[in-house]
Amino acid sequence: MTPLVNTTTKSNLKLNKKTVGQLLRIVTHVGSLIPLVVVIWEYQTRRLGVDPVREILFHTGTTSLVLLVLSLAATPLNIVFGWKQVLPLRKPLGLYAFLYVCLHLLTFLWLDYGFVWAFIVDGILDQRFVLVGMAAFLLLVPLAATSTKWAQRKLGKNWKRLHQLVYVVAVLALIHFFWLVKNVYVEPTIYAVIVGVLLLTRIRPIRQRLSRWRQHRYSRQTVAGKR
Amino acid sequence: MLIKKRTGIEIPSSEITPHYVYLSRRHFMKGAALSGIAALLAACTPSGAQVTEEAAGEGGEGAVAAVTAVPISVSTNTDELGAPLNSFEDVTTYNNYYEFSTSKTAPAKLAENFPTSPWQVEVSGMVNKPKTYGIEDLLKFQQEERIYRLRCVEGWSMVIPWNGFPLSKILNEVEPTSTATHVRFETILDPDNMPGQGSPFFPWPYVEGLEIAEAMNNLTILSTGLYGQTLLPQNGAPIRLVVPWKYGFKSIKSIVKIELVDYLPTSLWMEAAANEYGFYANVNPNVDHPRWSQATERRIGELGRRETLLFNGYAEQVADLYPDPNYDTNLNIRGYQK
Repeated sequence: MTPLVNTTTKSNLKLNKKTVGQLLRIVTHVGSLIPLVVVIWEYQTRRLGVDPVREILFHTGTTSLVLLVLSLAATPLNIVFGWKQVLPLRKPLGLYAFLYVCLHLLTFLWLDYGFVWAFIVDGILDQRFVLVGMAAFLLLVPLAATSTKWAQRKLGKNWKRLHQLVYVVAVLALIHFFWLVKNVYVEPTIYAVIVGVLLLTRIRPIRQRLSRWRQHRYSRQTVAGKR
Repeated sequence: MLIKKRTGIEIPSSEITPHYVYLSRRHFMKGAALSGIAALLAACTPSGAQVTEEAAGEGGEGAVAAVTAVPISVSTNTDELGAPLNSFEDVTTYNNYYEFSTSKTAPAKLAENFPTSPWQVEVSGMVNKPKTYGIEDLLKFQQEERIYRLRCVEGWSMVIPWNGFPLSKILNEVEPTSTATHVRFETILDPDNMPGQGSPFFPWPYVEGLEIAEAMNNLTILSTGLYGQTLLPQNGAPIRLVVPWKYGFKSIKSIVKIELVDYLPTSLWMEAAANEYGFYANVNPNVDHPRWSQATERRIGELGRRETLLFNGYAEQVADLYPDPNYDTNLNIRGYQK
């Protein structure tokens, strides 16, 4: 009797982990698309005020930054809490961040600058916050392009190295934010602190200490559980 | 095919369209244009086009309701360059008024109950006849309509029909002494009613300044209203400065003190960020803000951008103020190092 019960609980556990993973994936997709739905709804119901261009710029920019931060949070969550299920979310989060960056850029080129290239060239070259924003976008392009399993296999070890560019992108996005606000730096500072913490956990000694701490805690928990 | 017959008695649509309908039409068009983008964003949903049409219709109706709720009065539909006026809604819901909030939409709500009466403006300093005016005294000056472009240093602009009177009328009454060189303006310090004045990022109260010649220029007005209506708190009620050839932040709101001085006044923005906001702050497409371009501007209500005009299009009227052709209209410095 006893062994039979054990196998069922084990398979239940397995199933649960799978379900959790699937649930997380659904939440990620739905959650990432909600901001897009919201901005369209806000526009349709005239909730964007008299300067919708500015609102759409801010909305798409902020959303892409939030998604980027979330994608950067997956690895630390695994290191600190051992939540392996969040690791597969990095890819959709990163791709959605890229989608919002594209919408952000399109808003800038089209709604704000009306595709007038003379204005756009000045708007890019004479505005350093736009320059760093553009650099962040350009660095994201190869990352999005190599997000497939096929590219991952082809690039091998280099894939990881290439995708470490996302750290540079995060820093550029923060600079972009700091350089466009007028004197009140509260909001970009909050993002900077979060990104700072997330990047720190990737430094090897810190990372090792964190995972040792987790293993230590985990082993104590299992011992306590056995009692 | 539609062939337009030339009858010779063509009436501009602006003359047969009531003004508020005209204004709402601009909103309708804005809505329609943006719907295109929304439709693109919503291209994945089959009902995209249908939703778009509805929204455009709603936009139009909503704008009519919003505008007709307030009886507005204005003599013309455009500025002297032919650009349409911004709607009453544009002007009263999109405000940079950091005393209330750094958000542009919040001041309309937060300033709703701001007490603007009784109100006194002290005119003092280096004058022969210092005087404190009640707002009712200021309304006794003959009020004129002035349609001005307002160009914000952030890169957006509006066309606004102000009501007010030239600042020179007050200055002539108080008689500045021969030693006075500048005019210093101060906004009310009222943190109980102005939540933004609790912000530690700015040295309140708001201060601005002009050279006497700039203050005496006919374009420089004290405004008490817009669209024929008493000024709303979010627009700087009950009395504010409007200097149309300078960036918007020079046009100080809710003034309680006008002081004639013999030094260059330090404005709030000069104190908060000396490297970015200078005293003169004349609109100039050739001199960028240290962090962004001033070559173009987004006119509220329009898609795309307009080229920014030197002195915001008022170069002729202010030519005598800046006679040196190399005059540096920089945000920061008066000098010749262009």
